[in-house]
Amino acid sequence: MAPALPAAVRFSGVSRSFGDVRAIDRVSFDVADGEFFALLGPSGSGKTTCLRLIAGFEQPDAGTIEIYGESVAGVPPYERNVNTVFQDYALFPHMTVAENVEYGLMIRKVPPAERRRRAGEMLEMVKLAGLGDRRPIQLSGGQRQRVALARALINRPRVLLLDEPLGALDLKLREQMQVELKGLQRQVGITFIYVTHDQGEALSMSDRLIVFDHGRIEQIGPPAEIYERPATTFVAGFVGVSNVVDAELARRLTGTAQAFSIRPERIRLVEDAAPIGDGALSAKGVIVAAVYLGAATRYTVQLAAGGQLLVLEQSGGEAGPARATGEPARLTWLRRHHQPLR
Amino acid sequence: MNPVAPSTLPVGPEASRSPLHRLSTVLYLRPTLLLMLLLGPPLLWLGVIYLGALAALLVQSFFYIDDYSGVVVRRLSLATYGELLTAANLDIVVRTTVMASAVTVAAALLAFPLAYFMVRRASLRLKAILYLGVVLPLWSSYLVRVYSWKLILAKEGIVTWLAERLGLGWLLEAVLALPGVGGPSLSTAYLGTFLVFLYMWLPFMVLPIVAALERVPRSLLEASADLGARPAQTFRRVIAPLVVPGVVAGSIFTFSLTLGDYIIPGIIGGSQPFIGQAVYQHQGTAGNIPLAAALTVVPIAIMAVYLTMARRLGAFEAL
Repeated sequence: MAPALPAAVRFSGVSRSFGDVRAIDRVSFDVADGEFFALLGPSGSGKTTCLRLIAGFEQPDAGTIEIYGESVAGVPPYERNVNTVFQDYALFPHMTVAENVEYGLMIRKVPPAERRRRAGEMLEMVKLAGLGDRRPIQLSGGQRQRVALARALINRPRVLLLDEPLGALDLKLREQMQVELKGLQRQVGITFIYVTHDQGEALSMSDRLIVFDHGRIEQIGPPAEIYERPATTFVAGFVGVSNVVDAELARRLTGTAQAFSIRPERIRLVEDAAPIGDGALSAKGVIVAAVYLGAATRYTVQLAAGGQLLVLEQSGGEAGPARATGEPARLTWLRRHHQPLR
Repeated sequence: MNPVAPSTLPVGPEASRSPLHRLSTVLYLRPTLLLMLLLGPPLLWLGVIYLGALAALLVQSFFYIDDYSGVVVRRLSLATYGELLTAANLDIVVRTTVMASAVTVAAALLAFPLAYFMVRRASLRLKAILYLGVVLPLWSSYLVRVYSWKLILAKEGIVTWLAERLGLGWLLEAVLALPGVGGPSLSTAYLGTFLVFLYMWLPFMVLPIVAALERVPRSLLEASADLGARPAQTFRRVIAPLVVPGVVAGSIFTFSLTLGDYIIPGIIGGSQPFIGQAVYQHQGTAGNIPLAAALTVVPIAIMAVYLTMARRLGAFEAL
């Protein structure tokens, strides 16, 4: 039996402060070899600091970081087998696209002929064949993004770090690049660690993700688990839209004072007389806002028991008639869709 | 009930009743007219006073002086340029150019580490203090500073005193004994002239390099390290090429200021003149305006050659 590969990246109790600010606070996690791993959180939550610690631009104040089983304490960035795609792409403006892509090979003294051949292959892989002689300034944002990717991948790193790589692109291009990046990762089989503040991006692309807040890990897991089973109030609110029901309201609705969250799409609007099945709960209220979203309509319902719940009703099919603000409403949902919060 | 009151601003022809309003409207609708009004004065200034004077100078340099009467002959000729090529005048040109080059190179070598520290390492507060330290000398009188240097560098001055106190009097003696740059004391040696030029023009080198370094984002340096470059390689491949335009801008100042100055070498240094002093003598006491003009064309020609070379070497590609 082959020995199990060590984790691509392992954080053990890592802390890093900047002045009085704890950027990350005793953070521990493992990234498996070949995984597409996302670090998700609002700005200032510590996700970029984690990435910079792996790249070697920062050193931890406490704790250890291992890359493929080897501690990287005191190892400068230029001696680490990881490469980074920067948020602003960081392309060298005084070099052509091809020179940018070849940079890592040139530094490693790879002969010019092989350099050119491999840069050509890379540019082809990111669909920029023939643009090698341009300057970065002559390229569009999406093209620059691809150059940055080619420049990082040409060194065949064991881990590729991506710092909000799609943040500067417009929506359409971003969605297209999400698909391409994911495909590229499968093709090259390199571990990707991907920093983003966009929960949709993290959910759609990653194998597993971490949700950060204030320098601490809120939850680690695969996207479906993070979405379906948010462990904390923060995760429930940050990843997707969720109703957070505090202990007091929970007692009035369910009889138990256990705070929980429930997704708006899990709640249905039903007729007053409709029977409520086993394991289901119901509540009455008044619709205070109705927002038509195209594929669905989002209602805000003021509950008679106090508090508000968001309800997402898909358009067409089983959906009843559109309801207006001010109408009374009866809600029902299944108890098993409660996600208890700590 | 409407909580938002309707606008009371006049709309349509009513709005253009006041002359000021009408003027705004005219300029808003005709941006070219506005541009011409704004650019007219500076363009006139540049065109007439700068380029016009320069053209007059160039024309003067093609006149020549009649050896017997001492009167300027207003006929185009290369006679004055021929005079420029005499040994004495060539000597002046070479001396000045070598001095200007030495001052420029030394200023760049001193300014770069300082600028780098200011931009990449210093705290905001320290950076402000250093900025002030660099530009503060420019606020005080140029002449006072030159004469202060005369005292500092004199045989009885603080440099000699300090060298002797430190037991380095022999070193100062040895330096002053160097042929060409030495002399009886620093204040009468070309080395002294060099030091004062360097002191005077250093801010003009520091500031453009600081500006150039500030335009290099930190992420470029990180990207270079990330791709395997050691700091020395990052310096050579990324920082240096991106900062060259700043160094060239600074060297234009240090080089041309040294080429044109006539006060510093007149107060500190040896007895042989620099271009500035020669121009001053020819256009003043000697009344040889054509030769003064031809001597002035020399720095212009040198700068033109220098900038062409810099461009050929790709100094401006990063701009």
